[in-house]
Amino acid sequence: MAMKRLIKEFSKGIFRENPIFVIVLGLCPALAVSVSLENALGMGLAASFVLVFSNCLISGIRNIVPSRIRIPCFIVVIASFVTIVELLMAAFSPQLAKQLGIFVPLIVVNCIIMGRAEGFASKNSILPSLLDGLGMGLGFTIALSFIAIIRELLGSGKILGFMIFKAYPPATIMILPPGALLTLGMLIGLINLIKERNKR
Amino acid sequence: MDLATGLSIIIGMVFINNFVLSKFLGLCPFLGVSRQIRLALGMGLAVIFVMTLSGLLTWLAYRFVLVPLNLVYLRTIVFILVIATFVQLVEMIILKKSPTLYRALGIYLPLITTNCAVLGVTVLNINTFFANGKSLPGSLGLSLLQSFFAGIGFTLALLLMSGIRERLDLTDVPKALSGIPIAFIVASLMSLAFMGFNGFRF
Repeated sequence: MAMKRLIKEFSKGIFRENPIFVIVLGLCPALAVSVSLENALGMGLAASFVLVFSNCLISGIRNIVPSRIRIPCFIVVIASFVTIVELLMAAFSPQLAKQLGIFVPLIVVNCIIMGRAEGFASKNSILPSLLDGLGMGLGFTIALSFIAIIRELLGSGKILGFMIFKAYPPATIMILPPGALLTLGMLIGLINLIKERNKR
Repeated sequence: MDLATGLSIIIGMVFINNFVLSKFLGLCPFLGVSRQIRLALGMGLAVIFVMTLSGLLTWLAYRFVLVPLNLVYLRTIVFILVIATFVQLVEMIILKKSPTLYRALGIYLPLITTNCAVLGVTVLNINTFFANGKSLPGSLGLSLLQSFFAGIGFTLALLLMSGIRERLDLTDVPKALSGIPIAFIVASLMSLAFMGFNGFRF
C-alpha cells in the first residue's frame, strides 16, 4: 500500500503530470536551452538536482516555518541550491556553464520548482517529497531532451554533435527561437490529439 | 554614455533581442495574461515599473555590498530576495495609497516575483556592465536603460500577442491545437517576424 503510493508519486511526474507537456510550467529554460541534446541534458540534470534537494529540505522544515513567511523561506532554500549548482557547474564543466549562461541562475524562478515546493513538499513528509522531486525532475529532463532531439536533428542534422544525415541542408530555423516555439506548440497539440483518441 | 551605445541598447532590447520572443524570458505571463488587451497592458506596465527599479536596486546591492565584501557568488540569492521584497513593498504601498490602482495591478504584482524576465534582466545587467568585479563607466545609467527597455520590449510582445489572441478566439482552430498550442505557434510566427530586425547594426 505504502509502496504503491510512493511509486505513484514518482511516476506521475514522468507522464501523467509531466511538467512541460501537461502542466505547461518551466517553459523559459525548456525553450531556450533545447538547442542541442547536450545542453538539454545539462539543464535537466541541474534542475532535477535543485528540485530533489529543495523538496527534501522544504519538507523537512515544513513544520518549523510559520505559514505567513513560507514563500520567502522557500525562495531562500531554492536559491541556495541553485547557487551550489552554479558553482559546481562553473568548476567541473565550465563549457556547459558558458552555454547555459544566464539560464543557470534563472533556475531559481523556474515555476516547476516553486510549484512543487508549495504544492507538494510543504504538505508531505520527506520520502514522498524526494520521490516527487525525482519524478518531476526526470519528467522535465525527458521532455527537454525530446524537444532538443527534434530541434537538433532537424536544425543541424546532428545528435550530441554526431552527424546523422547529410542528404539535405538542415533547416537552421529549428535551432533558432521560432523553431523552439513551433516544436513545443506542435508537440502539445500532438499530445492533446493522442489523449483525445484514447478517450474515445 | 554616448548616444550610439544607448541607442543600440534600446533597439536591441525592444526589437532584436526581445526578451520574450528571442530570449524566452517571461513566457509564463506571456501565455497566461495575454487573453485581453486591457489585462496585458496592466501587466506590462507593472513589469516595466518593477524591472526598472529592480535593475537599480540590484545594481546598488551588487556594487556597494557584494563587490566590496567579496560575496559576488551570493548574487542569485541576494537578487531574488531584493526583487521579492521590493515587489511585496510595492504591493503594500499601492494598497495603502491607491486602492484603485491596486485593483488594477494587484493581482499581477505577486506573479512578477517569479517572472524570469525580472531576475533575467538584473543578471544580464551585471554580466554586461561589470568586468572583473568592477563597474564599467556609466554602468548605472546603462543598467537602468537596459532594464527599462527590456520591460518595454516585454510589454510590446505581450500587447501584440493579446491583440492576436482576441481575434484567435473567434476563429475555427483544430480542437487539439486550441488554447496553448496555437498560442505557441502564433508566438513562433511573431518571433520569426522579429528576427527580421536582426540586420540592424550601429
